[in-house]
Amino acid sequence: MTLRYPFSAIAGQDELLQALLLTAVDPLIGGLLAFGDRGTGKSTAVRALAALLPEIRATSCAYHCDPDSPSAQCDACRKSATHKLRKLPIPVVDLPLGATEDRVLGALNLERALSHGEKSFEPGLLAQANRGYLYVDEVNLLEDHIVDLLLDVAASGENVVERDGLSVRHPARIVLVGSGNPEEGELRPQLLDRFGLSVEVRTPTEVKTWVEIVKRRDAFERDPEGFSAQWAKQEDQTRRRIVKARKALNDVEVPDSVLERAAALCINLKTDGLRGQLTLMRAARALAAYEGAKRVTDDHLKRMAAASLRHRLRRNPLDETGSTTRITRAVAEVLGA
Amino acid sequence: MSEAALACALLALDPTGLKGAVLKGDAAAFLSALKQLSGRTCHRVPPHIGIDRLAGAIDVAATLKSGAPVHDHGLLAEARGLLLLTSAERLPLDRAALIAAAMDHGAPFTVIAHDEGIDDEHAPMILIERVAFLLDVSTYEPLDIDIGAARALLPSVVIPDRITEGLCQTALALGLSSIRPAVMALRAARAAAALDGRLAVDDDDAGLAARLVLAPRAVTYPAVEDEPEQPAPQDQPDPGDTEDGAPTPQDLADRLLDAVKASLPEGLLAALERNLRQPASRSGAGAVSQKAGLRRGRPAGTRQGEPKNGARLSLIDTLRAAAPWQPLRRRSNPVRKGLQVEKPDFRIRRFKEKRETTAIFAVDASGSAALHRMAEAKGAVELLLADCYVRRDRTALIAFRGKQAELLLPPTRSLQRAKKSLADLPGGGGTPLAAGIEQSMLVADQVRRAGGVPLIVFLTDGKANIARDGTADRAAALRDAEAAARALRIAGVRTLMIDLSDTRTGPARRLAEAMGADYLPLPHADATKISARVNAAMQA
Repeated sequence: MTLRYPFSAIAGQDELLQALLLTAVDPLIGGLLAFGDRGTGKSTAVRALAALLPEIRATSCAYHCDPDSPSAQCDACRKSATHKLRKLPIPVVDLPLGATEDRVLGALNLERALSHGEKSFEPGLLAQANRGYLYVDEVNLLEDHIVDLLLDVAASGENVVERDGLSVRHPARIVLVGSGNPEEGELRPQLLDRFGLSVEVRTPTEVKTWVEIVKRRDAFERDPEGFSAQWAKQEDQTRRRIVKARKALNDVEVPDSVLERAAALCINLKTDGLRGQLTLMRAARALAAYEGAKRVTDDHLKRMAAASLRHRLRRNPLDETGSTTRITRAVAEVLGA
Repeated sequence: MSEAALACALLALDPTGLKGAVLKGDAAAFLSALKQLSGRTCHRVPPHIGIDRLAGAIDVAATLKSGAPVHDHGLLAEARGLLLLTSAERLPLDRAALIAAAMDHGAPFTVIAHDEGIDDEHAPMILIERVAFLLDVSTYEPLDIDIGAARALLPSVVIPDRITEGLCQTALALGLSSIRPAVMALRAARAAAALDGRLAVDDDDAGLAARLVLAPRAVTYPAVEDEPEQPAPQDQPDPGDTEDGAPTPQDLADRLLDAVKASLPEGLLAALERNLRQPASRSGAGAVSQKAGLRRGRPAGTRQGEPKNGARLSLIDTLRAAAPWQPLRRRSNPVRKGLQVEKPDFRIRRFKEKRETTAIFAVDASGSAALHRMAEAKGAVELLLADCYVRRDRTALIAFRGKQAELLLPPTRSLQRAKKSLADLPGGGGTPLAAGIEQSMLVADQVRRAGGVPLIVFLTDGKANIARDGTADRAAALRDAEAAARALRIAGVRTLMIDLSDTRTGPARRLAEAMGADYLPLPHADATKISARVNAAMQA
């Protein structure tokens, strides 16, 4: 019903915007965590992304399964030979803080149960978000049991519901996007690791940037239609660029030498597990695709190192050095300044 | 003319653009004026409002009665006028988040949060962040004003660029990190111009907006005695002179800052203090966990109740409860087919949950050993917090020295915040032990009211020498400390006394007995040892 603020009109948050675009180019990067001050446009950016995403082809079931990939379909779609197809925008679903397990997982459809005496499953937010984004604002304040559940689903790509006499499983391939203010609570390392990229969002310190943001925001709120029309061209360009990058992604070459340097970087930083290295490689490749390069270079690695790795460093509570500084140092050591 | 009255008129003029206000003090007069001026209806939203009532859900009881699904769309979808949040400081974070999300999506209501909190209790930050005004309305005086003409003007009011720039510079100079207030200030300035019957915003409008919207959120504050050339503590980019003789944005920002300074001569420090201790989500986590008995944890049987607000219906038990009544109900309502379930049959699941513990460190920062002791206490807090993600527990730190006790770190789960708050710790001076005990009781009480379990940890040698009234009288000081200790025992808060003196029979031991604390002599306490002991006590 309401128009969303155009993505291209967001000023002063380049790292965040870039990271978001890359998750759209390659969903396998695995989501994004944006931590930083309030009122810096985190939520605006995520919600604005929705309007930029290309449409997907989907079956008509509640989980909008992918007709081309039987292994990622729900049981009903897999069994039926023909599908009624439709085109859908990639879903971007908000997970509100107070959401209950029932709302997230799906639950017994009370309405049907009460008025018709039928046992049926009412899909939850995870079903809605299948093949798209699940956005959690204030992710660090989310209750633990919901966090556990999201972790499980994000890792397996499947939602398994065994409750109220229901036994349902359905695909839930979601890109998890979280935002929050770290001063209000930390995130558990397990959850941190599930996010592909992480971005530190800061308040701009330049008056010029502030003025630009404030003016645009004000113009948008006074005349959403007119403002969106002004930016329609840029939006269109970005959208086309994403589609093009998605197509090009598989043809972008990742030389072994680059992979080796990515590994060396991760070893130097002592990141836990392989997920960091994998993400770094994917993010660098998505960046190369987005910029129209044929091959991933050290430069792509360098630019994606901080976003891919900063949330995976072991923290020493008594060490004051920021993660970003440590990464810059390691990048200089491994890749040369 | 009182600022609150002006804010009231501005809000009535642009209720959806300015989004609302957080009110402190007696709000009755302000509210009735706002209702009358804006002509809007008012929905009262108590802090214990059900999530279902806010966000909408299926109305189980009505559905059963009518045999067809009945939906309640929820207040957030229906509300058009003023949404009055009473006792907003008690509003749980999940409710606040729903309201904030509705505001972000352009809901047509105006949020008026009445904050009746004391000390550092306050309305949820996500709401404070989203409304234009933070007002103390206890001094509200009605204003005879007609906004009809202004309302027609408002859509055509323009803002010169230099005013936009001036307001942004002011916001930056006041150390604001969020851009939302700057946008709000722009709107408030526009409404102020319309109120005055003008079509262009002038410097006075900007001044009013800066005072009403930006000033109450100031984080850093340019010193009042500053030379006019040096208004802001931060280095500012070149203002870029304008040629047409109008004041540059920099000049304007200077003047706006002056206006801000003049507007808050008293109570300023207190307000700043509040802002600086950037509030965590106090009203959040705790208040949620009170409800949590019906939502999570280990299953612990069922009880009668309605399946709403996240409580889960236990189907089997509901059917079991309905079963004996079937013959009777069939007789009284023969038309209806099938099982007849009625509201009193509902059984909902209960869950048992471990409640969140908050370790409150009360550290004796007096005398010569203070620096060392504070450093170890700080280390212990940080080590505990590094561990806390496992259990989601929180810590707080109080230091007492000189004449008083000070809450340096309000209960938090954030390591980052702890580091920031404890970066430089004061030390030295006398030992106002009674004040320290009382302050920790206050914090413990807040923790309890929010549904958590407090644990107070004293780090002291117990040698009080400053009495409650601030005089240096050793005997009186000890008497006061013991009285406070007894009060603590009556309050029944779990307490750990870590005695830092060399003897085990000193005053700390006597105090521990008076307050019913676990006594732990640790003359050479270090961060690791303390955190291990406290950790054990927290999990006990």
